[in-house]
Order: sequence, then structure tokens, then C-alpha cells
Amino acid sequence: MPLEDYEIIIGLEVHAELKTESKVFCGCSTKFGAQPNSQVCPVCLGLPGTLPVLNKRALELTILAGLALNCKIAEHTGFDRKQYFYPDLPKGYQISQFDRPICYDGFIEILADDRDGNEVKRVGINRVHLEEESGKSVHSGTGILDSSYSLLDYNRSGIPLIEIVSEPDLRSPQEARRFLEELKRLLEYTGVSDCKMEEGSLRCDANVSLRKRGETRFGVKCEIKNMNSFRAVEAAILHEAERQAELLDAGEQVEPQTRGWDELTGTTVFMRSKESSSDYRYLPDPDLVDLVIDAGMVEALRENLPEMPGQKRRRYVEELKIPEYDAELISGSRNLAEYFESVVAVYNGPAKIVSNWVMGEFLRLINQEKVEIEDAKISPEEFAAVLRLVDNGTISGSVAKGVFEEVFRTGEDPESIVKRQGLAQISDADELSAVVDGIIEANPKAVEDVKSGNHKAIGFLVGQVMKETKGQANPKVVNQLLRDRLGL
Amino acid sequence: MELISKPVHELIDLLETRAISSEELVGQYLDRIEQVEPTIKAFITVDREGALEAARAVDESRRDGKAPSRLAGIPVAVKDNICTKGMATTCASEILKDFVSPYDAYVIERLRSAGMIIVGKTNMDEFAMGSSTENSAFFPTRNPWDLDRVPGGSSGGSAAAVASGEVPVALGSDTGGSVRTPASYCGVVGLKPTYGLVSRYGLVPYASSLDQVGILAGNVRDCAIMLGAIAGHDPRDSTSVKTERVDYEARLYNDIAGRVVGIPRECFGGPIDPHVTESVYAATKTLERLGARVQEVSIPTLQYALAVYYVIGPAEASASLARYDGVAFGYRYKQAEDSVSMFMETRGRGLGPEVKRRILIGTYVLSEGNYDRYFRKAMQVRTLIKKEFEQALEHCDVLVTPTTPTVAFRLGEKTDDPMSMYMSDMCTVVANLAGVPAVSVPCAKHEGCPIGLQLIGRSLDEALLLNIAYAYEQASGFEIEKASVV
Repeated sequence: MPLEDYEIIIGLEVHAELKTESKVFCGCSTKFGAQPNSQVCPVCLGLPGTLPVLNKRALELTILAGLALNCKIAEHTGFDRKQYFYPDLPKGYQISQFDRPICYDGFIEILADDRDGNEVKRVGINRVHLEEESGKSVHSGTGILDSSYSLLDYNRSGIPLIEIVSEPDLRSPQEARRFLEELKRLLEYTGVSDCKMEEGSLRCDANVSLRKRGETRFGVKCEIKNMNSFRAVEAAILHEAERQAELLDAGEQVEPQTRGWDELTGTTVFMRSKESSSDYRYLPDPDLVDLVIDAGMVEALRENLPEMPGQKRRRYVEELKIPEYDAELISGSRNLAEYFESVVAVYNGPAKIVSNWVMGEFLRLINQEKVEIEDAKISPEEFAAVLRLVDNGTISGSVAKGVFEEVFRTGEDPESIVKRQGLAQISDADELSAVVDGIIEANPKAVEDVKSGNHKAIGFLVGQVMKETKGQANPKVVNQLLRDRLGL
Repeated sequence: MELISKPVHELIDLLETRAISSEELVGQYLDRIEQVEPTIKAFITVDREGALEAARAVDESRRDGKAPSRLAGIPVAVKDNICTKGMATTCASEILKDFVSPYDAYVIERLRSAGMIIVGKTNMDEFAMGSSTENSAFFPTRNPWDLDRVPGGSSGGSAAAVASGEVPVALGSDTGGSVRTPASYCGVVGLKPTYGLVSRYGLVPYASSLDQVGILAGNVRDCAIMLGAIAGHDPRDSTSVKTERVDYEARLYNDIAGRVVGIPRECFGGPIDPHVTESVYAATKTLERLGARVQEVSIPTLQYALAVYYVIGPAEASASLARYDGVAFGYRYKQAEDSVSMFMETRGRGLGPEVKRRILIGTYVLSEGNYDRYFRKAMQVRTLIKKEFEQALEHCDVLVTPTTPTVAFRLGEKTDDPMSMYMSDMCTVVANLAGVPAVSVPCAKHEGCPIGLQLIGRSLDEALLLNIAYAYEQASGFEIEKASVV
């Protein structure tokens, strides 16, 4: 039976590190990439007698995440101890939330898998809860059991983390990927998380099961871990669905398992059985007081929510009159959107010109030079200045690209680059006459073509003048001069 | 000048008038420790050099008129589950035998900034689990009144040290009676403050929702002075209460005429020794003579207190003690084949039998299926107990009970019978479950051993509680001398 005859049921569990300066229960820095064990203190090392104190910003960011995901915010909530032994878990339990998540019952909207690709689908969010990160283990072998030694870095221990659990509403690997993309956008937009999968600040596990189309009961699910990119999530779910379909086709049962995605072989591999589910022996953490979330605090956060990507996209199309495609692409990243809006604000021309340059030269250089948008040397003012130099005829479009790149690299004022390198466009007819005459003399064949009615050949002559002037001649003026000379 | 038998408030005067130096005072106490310690064994660590050095520094600052507080120069002992920078904090456990905390507990910061001299760390039941100090991984402590008897626990070292004149005052911790029980057995005053009044930052937890740092002192006035020195809000403890500073000592002398003293009917009879009951009733007569109105009250849920305590305490302990795994600090079994056996051997060898028993109980009551049956039920009953207590304390200013059912029992008498050992806590655990303050003061002797009277007060009203305890102490004439066995 082909995979199409099965319905793939997918639910995702996403962990995102919150963008706070300090850890969730102590004052240590959360900066990524520091020397191992340099950002630790007695509290995040779980030393005897230490106590956690909740970072208020972490609570606010969790609520913000909930609001961005259309969740309800709990009035009464609190923290629980989730107990298990692992060397990088300093207290032998993780401070997490069991039955009182801060946010619950929300949804996000994604484009559904239909033929037109325009149908919006609502994917339920079961809960968003706040917890602490564990430390990081590096094993000499492949895992804790076969290693002769393991190294531990507790810098990550205590970084605030939210766990976002979706309802099993996703029906294809593509939908799962779109869900993650939208989730990432929302979390970035609200400033909740950096969502850098490569630094581990966003991680995703997927629960996958199959059922025959028409069936209403869920099948047995497997959990897939170790997916390090959105592409991997999509590929892993597809592979897992195929694996389960093969089993079912052969009349076998799907065993409840935790499986790991192996990037190299492109398969999911058995990690452990879920038959004997672990008992985490949750209990309310007596070191932390129960929280009462004030409605005023939630409202204040709601008022401060930034414009969301969907709202931006609509506004760009309706107010800024840029094409849907441009609007979608630019609104996809909050940093890019903000940069774009800053340029539009200082530039007085059409937003479409700005979106062309943002999606063209700007993104090309950003990707090529591997710089973050917020670190770009070219300021929105300088960006607009380059466009104005084209508009007022000071430089040609082709020269402008070079100037743009120079500003991008150095942050130097565009006008001074133009001045220093003598790039200003030559629009003075007297100055250009000699060159035009020279080109006419050197290209009798083309001149003959033009005169005999092949007006296209004039483009060739303009090109020759441009070449001779290293692109500085104003093509409009050159064109007019040629027409005058050739009597058109 | 013989200083050992003097109360703290007199020592303060002597130091402030510079009739004595702290060096001299601390020196006498250290000598006393040297003399009685081989018999009593109250200390795990004694820091002779550090104490003398600190004493000299205080003397110098006092000479310059810059004494950090009036307690500056007074020696104090600290239970070995309170973290002290630079001095081992073992919790009387093999697993923390060589553990030196890199930071000071909140109460230690307070003692140090007041200029008090920490002479050492006292013995206790391992991780504060026990009622006799026999569960110390190192050695038992002896009751100074009768060397064949236990000092009580778990703060037995602190109580015995005060009772035998090794220090004038000491800190303990009280989760279900661990300050009051040894105070009762050793004939000293033991206070468990309101939950949250004293920061738990740096107190190694047994059960966080019940633990509280407490005081062992020779008399109520010294206890009040010490409470002023350690009470206060600490932002590092989320359960620490924001309150105004109170001068507990100044409030001791109020008249208690008209105060209402409640006697909870449920705390009498059963396993309570008739001699103890008699002594407590005699004490209530003394309070009546002082003008208090004594009345019987009923707190029906009290009968469940011990059961509730032995579910909640172990449940929290099973999580709080999970960190002793040999990974980042403390003892590690180094010959293990792999990480899992390293965990198991470390804990198997590093933790003692009573600690293991409570971890097992805690693990059991939190396991899937058992949570609702035991833990959730216990939490619900705890809420009821708390409510009934608050109601009783609406019309009573204090409740009076025996501190312990009997006088100190003999070493080894109950070690094979944990249930009987747990019964020693039956009168004390309620104050921890309800979060209210309670103090034990000596009220009689039987077979040469002291009997303690427990007074339980309203939340955050230690001033009134100590006021009544002080009035009783003054009127009873039961002046507890230092135990003179050594």
C-alpha cells in the first residue's frame, strides 16, 4: 500500500532557549560559546544549600511566547521537580512544570497542504511551559555507557527554556516544516528566542504515527530525536512514515519507540523502547513559591507585542504597494523587516525600489559576507542615499551596485565614495560629444544599420560609449546625442 | 574570670565594657571544648586557630570603637548542615565528608558580619534525619546529663554543646522537631522560627517546605538576642518573608496577664509518659499564676500529623538528595566500571541507612499511582492541619504541649525500631507542617533528665511567643544549670 493511502499524524515538541541576559534561577550569564564552566555559580551547579530564584524576564518571555501563539495564560502556576539521573543534571532533577504550564490552549496558522497552497490551517498548541536547561555532556565514546570518560560543561545549566507542545494536527512532513518555520518567525519576532538550531537554542522532537485514511483512531507513535535542521525534520518524518508504512504493509505492529535521526544514512535508528515509560516522580518544587500571574502584567505584555509577520505582510502589500512575494520574504525575518522599514522611512521614493535592493544586493552581500543584519555596516540612511544618487542622475544603476557594495563593506558615506572615485555620471553633452563622435567614426557598420532603419543598433552604439566612459556617461544623454548626430 | 556558665547577655556586657576580651572568652570556651569533647563528642569540626584569630580581630575593632555589633566576640557553634566557607560542611554524611562549601549560608553571613566567632560545626543525624544524633555517619553524641542517653536530634551536637558549656549558643535546623527535641533532652532552650523568617540559603535541605534554621541557647533571652541576629529578608530564598526587623529582646518583658494559653487535647495521653504530662500541666499552672487563661482546645487533624510528616518529608528529601551522585562534588566511588555503577556505588556507599530509608519512602510515595494515594493526600491533610492551627491560634495566644513524649532515651534503645524513633516527633512536627514558630523550654527533670515544654505561637509573632516563654522561665524557677557531668 503506497504511503498516500495512510494519513501521517505528527505532533511536535519544540524546545527554545529564551533570550535573557541571565539564567532562569541564578544571575549567571547566558552568553553562548564561552570557555566551558566559566558561567557557573553555586546555584546552577546545584551545590548543597543553594536555592533557585525565578528570573522575572524569563517569565515575561514565556508569557510573550504564549501570547504570540494565541495561548491562554494561567493565573495560578508553579514549578515542579522532574527527577532523573544524568551527569549533566546537577540537582538530580530539572525544575520544570508538570500540570500547571504558564501557557496553554493556543494555535498558530500555517498554509495547509492543498493543491492551491492558499488554504490556512490552524495547528493547536497544547502548552508552553518554562524549565531550565541541563548542562552539556561530551562523551569520549558514542554515549554515556560506552565512554571511558565524559566531559561536562555547566555553562548551559540553568539557561531558561520553553517547551512548546503542539497538538497532533500536522499531516505531512511539509506541514511540520512550515509549522516550525512559522513558530521560529513568531519567537524571533517577539524577541523570545534567537532560534538558532546550530547553537542548539531551538530543538525539535517529532511524534509520528500512521493510520489508514478514513480511520479515526490514532496508530502507535514513535518519537524522533536529534534533528538539527528544519530540512532534517522534514526528511526524518518522511523516512519514519515510510518505515512505519512498510511495517504495517507487512502486517506487523509499530512498536512504541524513541528513534534518532541519522543525518549520514538518512534513516531513523532505534534508541530505546517506550514500553516502560520513565517515571519522573514530579513534585511541586518547595524552593519556589507558587506564582499568581497578574492580569495587568499579561495585558502590558500584550500591548507591547510587536506587529506579527502576517500583519506586516498585509501592510506591506496594502500600504507600501510591494508585491506579495516581496512582502512575504521581507516580513519573514523581523530584523530584515525592520531594516527594510527603516530604509523606506528615510527614502522618499517608491517602496518597491527599496524591496528590490533589499532582496537583491543587500541579501546577496549579507549571505556572501555571512554578517547578521543587525551588524550590517550600511545604515538605512546610507542605503537610501545610494538610491537617491541614482534617482537624481548622479550615478547610473550599474555604478550604484559597486557603490552599494563599497558602503556595505566599509560603512563609508556613499557621496564621498562617488566623489573620491570620480564615479559621478557625465550628463554634460559637450563633454560627451567627443566620445560620441569617436564611436560613430569607429563603427561605420552599426551607423549604417541605424541609418537604414535598424533602430535597435543604436543600443550597441550607446553601449560602446558607456564602455568608453567606464559606465559614467548618462545613457539618456548619450542616446539623444547619437540620435541628433545620426539625424533620427 | 569564670565565663563558661554565663548567659550571652551578660557576656555582651562584659565584652562591651571591655572587662574581658573576646580572645579570653573564646579561649575559655575552646579549653572547655578540649576538656569535655572526648566524652560528649558534640563537634565534627573545631576551628581553634580560626576562632582565636577572629576573636583577636574583634578585640581590635572594639578597641577602635568599631565593634560590628554587640554580639561581636561571642562564640557560637553551627550545625554541620549550614554552609560555611572554608570549613567543611559534612551533614554528618560520608558523601559530604570532605565537602567545603565555596560560599557562606545567609545565617553565616549574618553571624560573621555581627562579629560572632564560629568555633566549629556540630554533630547531627545524617542530613538531619533522625531524633537522636545516632544517625551521624561519624559517631554518636552523648547527652551531657546522662552519658548513656542520646542528646536528641537531629541537632544533637548543637544542643549538647550548649548544655555542656562548650558554647553559649548554637544554630541548629528544625524540619520536624530537630531543634526542639534535642533542646528538650538536653535541658536548653530551642526555637524553631516561623517558616520563612530566617533564610534557608545555605542550609543543606532535608525537606525544603519544612526546614528552618533554629537556635539553641541557655535561656530565652539569649534566644531572643540570637533571633534578632539571624532573622530578616533574603532575596536569594524565594520563601523568605519580607518583615520589619523586630527587637525580640525588648519585647520579652511584657506582662502576660490575660494571655490565652491553649492545651491541645490530642497532644496528651497515648505514648506520652505520665511524668511528662504531669510536668506540662504543672507548667500551665505556673502560667495561670502569671495571669494567663489556660483552656483546653481540640485540633482533630493533629492525629494525622506524624503520618503526613513522614510522607512529605521523605518525598521532598528523595528529590533534594538526588544531587549526591558523585559527579560534581562530594564523595565519588572511583573504582566504578561505568557511570551508572559510579552513581549507584557512590550513593550506596556514601549514604547511611536512615537516609536511604527516607529516600525509598519518598520515591515510593511519588511514584506513578502512589502520588495521589500518598503525596497528594498528605498535602491536602497538611492544608487542613494548617487551617485548624490557625483557627486555634485565633483565640489562643500560644498552644502548650510536651516537646517530646519522654525524656531522653538510651543510646541504642531505638535504633532498631524506626517507628518508635519516629514517635519522638509526634508533638513537634505540627509546627513545621503549619509553618508556625515553636519553642522548647526546660520545665522539669525526671530520672535526672530534663523535660521540655513546647510553646507554639502565631506565624511571625515570635515576639509574643518568646515573651510568654520568658515569663514562664522566670516564674518557674527552673533555672537550668549547665550539665555538670563532665
